[in-house]
Amino acid sequence: MNAQKLQMLKSKAKAIRLGVLEGTHAAKSGHPGGSLSISDLLAYLYFDHMNVDPANPKNPDRDRLVLSKGHCAPALYAALAERGFFDKALIGTLRQHDSILQGHPDMKHIPGVDMSTGSLGMGFSAACGMALAAKLDGKDYRTYAIVGDGESEEGQIWEACMFAAHYSLDNLCLILDSNGLQIDGPVAEVIGPAPFEAKLEAFGFFVQTIDGHDFEQIEDALEKAKAVKGAPSAIVMNTVKGKGVSFMENQVKWHGSAPNDEQYEAAVAEILAKED
Amino acid sequence: MYKIGDKVATRDAYGKALVEFAEQYDFVVLDADLAEATKTVTFKKAYPDRFFDCGIAEGNMMCVAAGLAAAGKTAFASSFAMFAAGRAYEQARNAVGYPHLNVKIGATHAGLAVGEDGATHQCLEDLALMRTIPGMTVINPADAVEARLAVKCAIETDGPFYIRFSRNPLPVVNDEENYTFELGKGVTLRDGKDVTLVATGYMVSMALEAAEMLAGEGIDARVINIHTLKPLDSELICKAAAETGAIVTAEEHNVIGGLGSAVAQAVCQGCPVPVLNVGTQDVFGRSGKVPPLLEMYGLTPANIAENAKKAIALKK
Repeated sequence: MNAQKLQMLKSKAKAIRLGVLEGTHAAKSGHPGGSLSISDLLAYLYFDHMNVDPANPKNPDRDRLVLSKGHCAPALYAALAERGFFDKALIGTLRQHDSILQGHPDMKHIPGVDMSTGSLGMGFSAACGMALAAKLDGKDYRTYAIVGDGESEEGQIWEACMFAAHYSLDNLCLILDSNGLQIDGPVAEVIGPAPFEAKLEAFGFFVQTIDGHDFEQIEDALEKAKAVKGAPSAIVMNTVKGKGVSFMENQVKWHGSAPNDEQYEAAVAEILAKED
Repeated sequence: MYKIGDKVATRDAYGKALVEFAEQYDFVVLDADLAEATKTVTFKKAYPDRFFDCGIAEGNMMCVAAGLAAAGKTAFASSFAMFAAGRAYEQARNAVGYPHLNVKIGATHAGLAVGEDGATHQCLEDLALMRTIPGMTVINPADAVEARLAVKCAIETDGPFYIRFSRNPLPVVNDEENYTFELGKGVTLRDGKDVTLVATGYMVSMALEAAEMLAGEGIDARVINIHTLKPLDSELICKAAAETGAIVTAEEHNVIGGLGSAVAQAVCQGCPVPVLNVGTQDVFGRSGKVPPLLEMYGLTPANIAENAKKAIALKK
C-alpha cells in the first residue's frame, strides 16, 4: 500500500473516531468501545474497497454492508457522513427524538444503511439473503457483514453460517470483530465462543485472521476473500475495544457508556494528536 | 376452480397459488424443512431454482427472507405457525416489520386442528403476535378461494404479510366465479338483524352452520367473514353492531389478542354493544382427533349459537 493511500485511510479512520465520540457525547449514551474497534475497517471499506455511491445510495448494483453488531451504529453513521451520504452536522443529533439517526441502524430513513439491525444475531442472516439475491439476479456485488465476537454467542449466527456454506455464497464475507469484551466482561469468561477459526472452517468458510487495525492486512484479507470461489469467506479481525482512546482501550465499561465533557475533550485531543 | 361445498385444505391452495403466480411475478420461496407439510413442495418441484430450504432454523430463514427483500426480491417464508410466528417472532418484528420489507410469511398448521401433535404444535397465539407488529398485514383465509387470492394480493401489495393456512380440508364458502378479494374488507356471507356472528378462517363455515341453527329457533343471525384481521374492517363491524345490537366472534385461536380482541376494540370505540368471544379461553391445547378437540374447546356451531343467544340477552 502506498504512503498516500495509507495516509488517506488513517485520516478517514480518525474522522470516523471523532464522529463516534461526537455522537455518543452529544447523545450521552451509545456504544463507543465497539465502534472504535471497527473504525479502521469501516474507513477501508467505505473509502477504498466498497462500490457505493452517496449520490445514489439505493443503486441496485452497489456492494452491501450489514452492521450485524448494530449497536456500533455511531461508527457506521460517522463513516457514511464522512463519505457524503448525509450531512455531518447530523452526527450531533444521534439518538435524539427528532433525528433520523436512531440508536441502531434504520435502513428506512438513513441514507447508506443497507439493513436495519440492532437485535444481535440477525444481521448476518440478512446479509446471506442479500448475497443470495445477487446470485439470483446475476449481479456481481459483494455483501459484507460485521459481526461481534460476543454476538457470535447468538445461535442464529451459526444457522446463517450453515446457510452461507450450503448455498456457496462466495460473494459474502463475514467479518468477525474480535475485540474480546462484551457487557458482562471478557468474551472468553462470559461463555467462550472461541476458537472462531476452527469453528468457521468446520462450517465451510475460507478463514483468515488479521490485525483489524492494520490497513495492509485488511486490504490483503478482503482481496483474498474476493478471489475465493464456491465458499463464503470469514475474516477474524483481532481488534482493541475502544481503539484510539487510551482510557477507553480494553475497558468493558466503554462498551455502552458515553464520554462526559471532560472525557470527550481528552479523547478528541488524543485522536487529533495522532499522526496521519 | 374451487366449488362451494368442496373441502380443500388452504395449505394446498397456498402451494398451488405459488405455482400459479410464479410466471407472472418474481418471487422466491423459503421453507424450514417442512415443505411437504406446508405445501411449498408444490412450488419446489415446479421452480427448484427459486426455492431455498433453510433447514430447521426458522430465525435464520426469516432474516434471510428479509435480506432478499432488502435486495429487491419478494420472499415467501413458510413454516408451521408455531415456528413462523412464535419461534421467529422477534425476527419477524425487527428484521421484517421494522424495515417494512416484502416478506410474506406463509404459516400452516395453526390452531387446534393440528390434532394429535398436541399443545407444543398447536399455535393459538400467532394472530395476536402478528397483529402487534406495526405495518404487518394479517390474513386468515376462510377457504381455498380466499387463500389463493390472498397469496396474489400479498405478492402485489408492498410490505410484510402474515397469512395463516389450514392443515385440514375446509369447506369452500365463497363462489369463486363472483368473488373479489378486497384486502381489509370483511365479507357479509349472510344477512340478519338479531345478532352478528363475526368469524375468521376455520370458524367461518361453522358460523354459517350456527346461523342455520339459530334460524331454526327464529333468530336471524348475520354472518361476517373477516379474512383480514389487520387492517380490520371496523366500518363493516360497527355497522353490524349498530344494526344487530350484539356480536359473537369465532376463531380457532386464543380469545386474547386475536379476532375477538380486535372486534371488541373496534366495537368499543365505534358502537358499543355486547361482544362475546368463541375461541380457546386462555388455555393450551392437547393431543387428540380434531373433532373431539374442537368439541372440548367449544369451537363448534352449537357453541357459537349458544353464545349468540347469550349476546342477544345482554342487549340493553
